[in-house]
Amino acid sequence: MAAPPPRRPLLLLLAGLLAAASLATLAAAIYEDQVGLADWHQKYIGKVKQAVYHSQKSGRRRVVVLTEENVIASLDLRSGDIFWRHVIDKNDPLDQLSLSLGKYVLTLSSGGTILRAWNLPDGQMIWETSLETSSASKPQLHVLSNNKVAKDNLVLVSAGRWIYAVSSIDGVISWRKEFSLDGLEIKQVLQSPGTDIVYAVGISDSSKVAIYHLNTKTGEIVKDIQQSLPGGLCGETVIGSDNVLVALDKTRSGLFLIQFKGERVSYNKVHLSSLVRDLSGTVKLLPSMSNGIIALQASSTVALLKLKGTDGLEVAQRFDQPVALSDPLTITEKDEAFAIVQHVGSQIEFVVRFTSDVGSEVIREQVTIDQHRGIVEKVFLNNYVRTDKSHGFRALVVMEDHSLLLIQQGEVVWSREDGLASVVDVTTSELPVEKDGVSVADVEHNLFEWLKGHMLKLKGTLMLASADEVAAIQALRLKSSEKNKMTRDHNGFRKLLIVLTKAGKVIALHTGDGRIIWSNLLPSLRASRSDVMPSALRIYQWQVPHNRVMRQNPSILIVGKAGPESSAPGVFSIIDSYSGEELNSMRLDHSVAQIIPLTLKDSSEQRLHLIVDSNSHAHLYPRSPDALNVFLHEISNLYFYSVDIQKNAIRGYSLQESCGFNLGDEYCFSMKELWSIIFPSDTERIAISETRKMNEVVHTQAKIIGDHDVIYKYLSKNLVFVATLSPKAAGEIGSALPEEASLVAYLIDAVTGRILHRVTHHGAQGPVHAVVSENWVVYHYFNLRAHRFEMAVIEIYDQSRADNKDFLKLVLGKHNLSAPITSYARPEVMVKSQSYFFTHSVKAMAVTQTAKGITSKQLLIGTIGNQVLALDKRYLDPRRSVNPTQQEKEEGIIPLTDSLPIIPQSFVTHSHQVEALRGIVSIPAKLESTTLVFTYGIDLFYTRLAPSRTYDSLTDEFSYALLLITIVALVAAIIVTWILSEKKELRDKWR
Amino acid sequence: MEKGKGLARRWAVELHDASSSSVPDPPGFTRSAPDADDAAGARQRKESEAAWKAQKAWEVAQSPFKNLMMTGFMMWMAGNTIHLFSMGITFSCLWGGINAFRTVGKVFEPFKDPRVDTLAPKLLYIALNLVVLGLGVWKLNTLGLLPTSPSDWVSSLAPAREVEYAGGGIPLN
Repeated sequence: MAAPPPRRPLLLLLAGLLAAASLATLAAAIYEDQVGLADWHQKYIGKVKQAVYHSQKSGRRRVVVLTEENVIASLDLRSGDIFWRHVIDKNDPLDQLSLSLGKYVLTLSSGGTILRAWNLPDGQMIWETSLETSSASKPQLHVLSNNKVAKDNLVLVSAGRWIYAVSSIDGVISWRKEFSLDGLEIKQVLQSPGTDIVYAVGISDSSKVAIYHLNTKTGEIVKDIQQSLPGGLCGETVIGSDNVLVALDKTRSGLFLIQFKGERVSYNKVHLSSLVRDLSGTVKLLPSMSNGIIALQASSTVALLKLKGTDGLEVAQRFDQPVALSDPLTITEKDEAFAIVQHVGSQIEFVVRFTSDVGSEVIREQVTIDQHRGIVEKVFLNNYVRTDKSHGFRALVVMEDHSLLLIQQGEVVWSREDGLASVVDVTTSELPVEKDGVSVADVEHNLFEWLKGHMLKLKGTLMLASADEVAAIQALRLKSSEKNKMTRDHNGFRKLLIVLTKAGKVIALHTGDGRIIWSNLLPSLRASRSDVMPSALRIYQWQVPHNRVMRQNPSILIVGKAGPESSAPGVFSIIDSYSGEELNSMRLDHSVAQIIPLTLKDSSEQRLHLIVDSNSHAHLYPRSPDALNVFLHEISNLYFYSVDIQKNAIRGYSLQESCGFNLGDEYCFSMKELWSIIFPSDTERIAISETRKMNEVVHTQAKIIGDHDVIYKYLSKNLVFVATLSPKAAGEIGSALPEEASLVAYLIDAVTGRILHRVTHHGAQGPVHAVVSENWVVYHYFNLRAHRFEMAVIEIYDQSRADNKDFLKLVLGKHNLSAPITSYARPEVMVKSQSYFFTHSVKAMAVTQTAKGITSKQLLIGTIGNQVLALDKRYLDPRRSVNPTQQEKEEGIIPLTDSLPIIPQSFVTHSHQVEALRGIVSIPAKLESTTLVFTYGIDLFYTRLAPSRTYDSLTDEFSYALLLITIVALVAAIIVTWILSEKKELRDKWR
Repeated sequence: MEKGKGLARRWAVELHDASSSSVPDPPGFTRSAPDADDAAGARQRKESEAAWKAQKAWEVAQSPFKNLMMTGFMMWMAGNTIHLFSMGITFSCLWGGINAFRTVGKVFEPFKDPRVDTLAPKLLYIALNLVVLGLGVWKLNTLGLLPTSPSDWVSSLAPAREVEYAGGGIPLN
């Protein structure tokens, strides 16, 4: 049951009616046929880093991919749909992917220690073998071919000094070999065609090349050659041809060409400067090309080099534009094809060449692609046999924005927006207001459709509909055009969800069906445009026009930084939220350590933002005199606090005009430290800091308890919840004893640094998740003594206002309840707390937000099963007792239980899973009862929630047609009976 | 129906007129003798009538008391939760009380007499009705429908504005 908060007693009648309506079911679940009406779920895989195609013989057109989000997935080559997908835990990073026997997908993960085989058609895991290896930076996976005698393929895994041979049928280790050479790292494993010899090439101590000839069946070392190379190696090697290994030297300025198949190793050194002119930047070898072709890259230059035995190299081709090369694809016994993709104007050029004849092109196609995808990063080539027995080529292309495209015959067959698998931050924007002038014909057409739809629904209601009609009703509901319109609606359900992805792309999604309205790959956040890797940080609302500037479009602010280190300069970008056009972009001359959106606005309704840099200077944006005026007027009431996890301290500052070092910059402010809380490092480490959401609306400051009594909530936006853990309790569960572990929860006033409340949980262990809303905080941790997860609630009340209880004074308005509050008044507070057991571990936590804050709250808990559970806040009420009194029951207090109930119907995500769930956002709709919930991880999920049911509107289920028909029938009945009674009277009079 | 009546009495003939008798009264008989009364008898009768009226007026004035007991019992039966029954009783009680004030003149009109003092019964009547009304209001309060507790006046009081604002948190890395 979820009734709105009791506003006794005048509204009690209303509340009673609502309660009666909501008593029907306890959980706000939906029916099976309502799935997909208000919610949508999108599946993604992330940026592809490896791809393996099915062999042509299998007849299935599929590709198996490995992504940077640690996903292994099988995609349909015709449509790009996911056949199956596995999201592997982040602690077990996937390194290599391969196919074996045409029916197993092999993955190597965790630095070469876990080898798994998956069934190719359905993705079920067949076996898993853990291998003991020394930690290796780049483990290799090599599937031996043509070992058809035993009908089994051996898989060679090399990592560090180890080589394992594993049977691909059952995962049994058939042999293992640890090489005795110190510091050895196996770089390449190569099979000698037609023999039982494998070559393992390793580098030891970055100066020595070791080559081992191994027997495939037993793993015996047949031959063992070591050779020191003068000048040393940087570790990058590539197999140039059958018997030549190419290695980059330590200074990355020369190449060693090493012949390794003979009796002894012979080598030759080639200087790159003499080979390729004007090479700048760090030189890298691109993965194997074979057939005597190698490729190397230095910044944006890529050169294809052709080997002339071990004598030397010659440049086959040089690209000065960004270019992507594919791995070679075996076409015939001797020939291999590879693809080159580069940008030509607004198009991309897809060229396929054979390694045997680099000069000539097999295919050259121009493909037009979306401008907002950046440059091509990776290409995976595949061939197919055309009807005329010639070879056709297609390629999967990974773009800079992490999207995946299939190119075939000069066209983009399909594209996947996989950048959405790595959402960094989310904000929303209203849609444009609907304009007048809808044509009459449109209405008439709609009227007919409307009637037809309602007749169908009526049939459904009266259970007269046939199976086909039921399907039609469902289809009608799902595609209801109303929810997908590009205009603002009365209830505020239609909005734009604007997401910022890791690739620096801003994408606007429609809440109706999740389609992409616009997208923009921000030039300032593109890795290819700068030498360093920029990162996208946050997205904020910059300008939300109201009265004066109503005609302007709203805009959003994207903050990033140009580089991985914390002192990297910030990047600002302002985007029109209707069209996605970049209105303004600037590179800041300071770093971005914190962004504080203020509640202040300048005359053009731009929100004021304060950026704090790593030198503790605050910078005001927008940089306009008007904004400065507004800001200076309020500066004495603005404070800043910083939670420093490294130094284990919280410090509070006030802002002062003018920076110390830069007097000329009037938009720069310096900080003056006011207070600090330093935690003892040996017993407490800061784990989490949480505050109320800035946009949260609170309806009332009073809480009415059972006997008409009032307690006043301590409502302060400056309330900060900080949890510290004892150093041992910060590790994994089980790593600390209950006596060593403790959690301390603090409620701190961020203006004065006053600790309002402090509570210690002995035997509690992280990870801690918390959510702060109104006057309460709920946090989740593990209780080592009870071996269960726990959720604790702290509610904080203002005791200094408790005297306002004289009803006459309140009637006459003689109270100080609406007087502005200052933190320096040091109000007395009263705290109530309670903790409950909870079954799940938690990935993310949020609370529902509504437009006016009247509707009761629900906690949105992202569970370990990647689902979102809506838990009524009333379950986390510190005033719950075992035997509530009659008054408390009336108030809606639930009898105390030791654990929080998990009602299966209260899973917001119902049957869906949001893989690798990272964040939950609740956005208020205009309708008070309803909130919009957006959940992101690798997948996206959106739904509408009504924590107290939709008490302010009729449900979609409501049959207007039935109502209409009832009214018509009643009117008809009245008319008929009136006529009948008139007739009867007339008859009587004539009698 | 009018026609029906008309049909039933289409015509009527009065055969003899009883009032206009041609037969003279016998001697010593006066037709008006029973009507005429001596002064003493008349006074006596009038006094008894006034006493009867006064008695009746007091009875009427006390009538709300019986009602009061009844209403009290009903209210006790109805309990303190809001539902149709308790609401109906409370409102009928209130309505009865208010109505009584409106109709107090009408109720005592039959007993209007220069010799009867209706003021005291009227006052009693009003007082008793006030008690009824009070009972109704009390019931309303126990049902929680009167804004008499502080909670009714602060339940929608918006949070007070805060003077200071502090922003910050864990630095982005």
